Amino acid sequence: MTDATTSDTAAGDPGPLPTSEPWVTPETQRYWDGTADGRIELPCCAACDLVIWYPRAICPDCHTTDLEWRTMSGRGTVYSFTITRAGVGGKWRPHLPLLVAYVQLEEGPIVLTNLVDVDPTTVAIDMPVTAVFHDTGHGNAILRFTAAA
Amino acid sequence: MAHIAGVYEHPLRNIPDKTVPQIHAEVALGALADAGLTMADVDAYYSAGDAPGFGALSMIDYLGLDVHHVDDTETGGSSYLVHVRHAAQAIAAGHVDVALITLAGKPRTGGTGPGASARFSDAPEAPFENMFGMGIISGYAMAAQRHMHEFGTTSADLAEIKVAASTHAQHNPDAFLQDVVTVDQVLESRLISDPLHLLDACVVTDGGGALVVVSEAVAKTLDRHTIPVLGGGEAIKGTRAGRVDLTHTAAVVSGPKAFAEARVTPADIDYASIYDSFTITVLVTLEDLGFCEKGGGGAFVRDGALQAPFGRLPFNTDGGGLCNNHPANRGGMTKVIEAVRQLRGEAHPAVQVPDCELALAHGTGGSMATRLGSATLILGREA
Repeated sequence: MTDATTSDTAAGDPGPLPTSEPWVTPETQRYWDGTADGRIELPCCAACDLVIWYPRAICPDCHTTDLEWRTMSGRGTVYSFTITRAGVGGKWRPHLPLLVAYVQLEEGPIVLTNLVDVDPTTVAIDMPVTAVFHDTGHGNAILRFTAAA
Repeated sequence: MAHIAGVYEHPLRNIPDKTVPQIHAEVALGALADAGLTMADVDAYYSAGDAPGFGALSMIDYLGLDVHHVDDTETGGSSYLVHVRHAAQAIAAGHVDVALITLAGKPRTGGTGPGASARFSDAPEAPFENMFGMGIISGYAMAAQRHMHEFGTTSADLAEIKVAASTHAQHNPDAFLQDVVTVDQVLESRLISDPLHLLDACVVTDGGGALVVVSEAVAKTLDRHTIPVLGGGEAIKGTRAGRVDLTHTAAVVSGPKAFAEARVTPADIDYASIYDSFTITVLVTLEDLGFCEKGGGGAFVRDGALQAPFGRLPFNTDGGGLCNNHPANRGGMTKVIEAVRQLRGEAHPAVQVPDCELALAHGTGGSMATRLGSATLILGREA
């Protein structure tokens, strides 16, 4: 994996969060293609209507492989979060303290993510958030969230 | 019924000069000696992700075992309780007489190979979870944050768990941390990932441990006090296609299975070894196992409830993962070992639960934030 974001930033400013090139497979291609256009596309079960996170080729509830892709709204709320101050190293270290969160999409699934461009002291569970897409430089983007306008 | 006939916890916490296979060998010999058995008696071998190379295949060859039953089940830190249960099942089916289970690792001084960590890069969830700088503690911190939000649990409640562990660890000369700490000291320790502090986290230690599980027939031939495995349960919980639930573990399934098999209830338990990667792990597990209602963990652990010998539920009397030992970043093995010590009456006298007849050991492997394996054992005492 490579990083699209490196060190061309002012001293003291760690710059954008690390945005690694994901491992894209035929199974997840459509999700990653969607991120390039600023959309969250997820497989949904044609039989039981489950919105499936993370993307995969089988419905883990009813086990059908008959799925259809739908576009999510990009709106959600914070399910839980933490301000991580230590305990992660490498490329993440300059970005501590780091906001790691689970965000519940309007459509149901709870996704792991970062909250960006928010004051950590203002973050709370149930806070409304909206999707942002951080370009990896490899034709796709990493899904993160920021406070809803 | 299967019996635990031998246990051994490596006495060291820093082991720079030995290899991981070597520590596996030392703990294997220790547990077999404790049982009064030898490597030649072993007919089944169990290992998990800490075993180097090809796991059981590498270790069976290294140790020179001649086994006809092998189980490499990997559920993280709970693996060794799963192994006890699988050994008990294999023994009940008549396939096995003497099962050896080993654990070893060196997260403190290094020298552990790529091992289990290498297998995560091609996990189907990896591209959707590894992009966000989530450390192990970040995940448990989100679980704690959610528990506080839903149930009003406080950092002081979590600190009570560390205080109890440290109170026990002062009596364990092998414990990595032997100083008693107060609630205030936990709260004043550095925040690592809000709301978890440094002292909410387990220790990082080199070390290992081993268990020997035998058939009733073999147990009868041994001089050692053997401990019957009365019941067990195992369960896996994941992210459920995005229906993440950070306030429960799979102990809600493994616990009732184990209690039903042993035909006892939480109220009958004299001593409990509860997996303690972090204080929040203990709190949620106590609820899930039914020692209190969901959300009542904070109230349950107050007032020294977990402190031996006279608390409502004495727990982790060796000091647990929070103070004593968390070898190879996997705490399940030592949970079983201390439960056996209590049932044999061989815990430190200051923390020995009087007349300890029924013990529970519980393991949690993986992460409370994503996917985890829970395993519960109920152990008894025979004269």
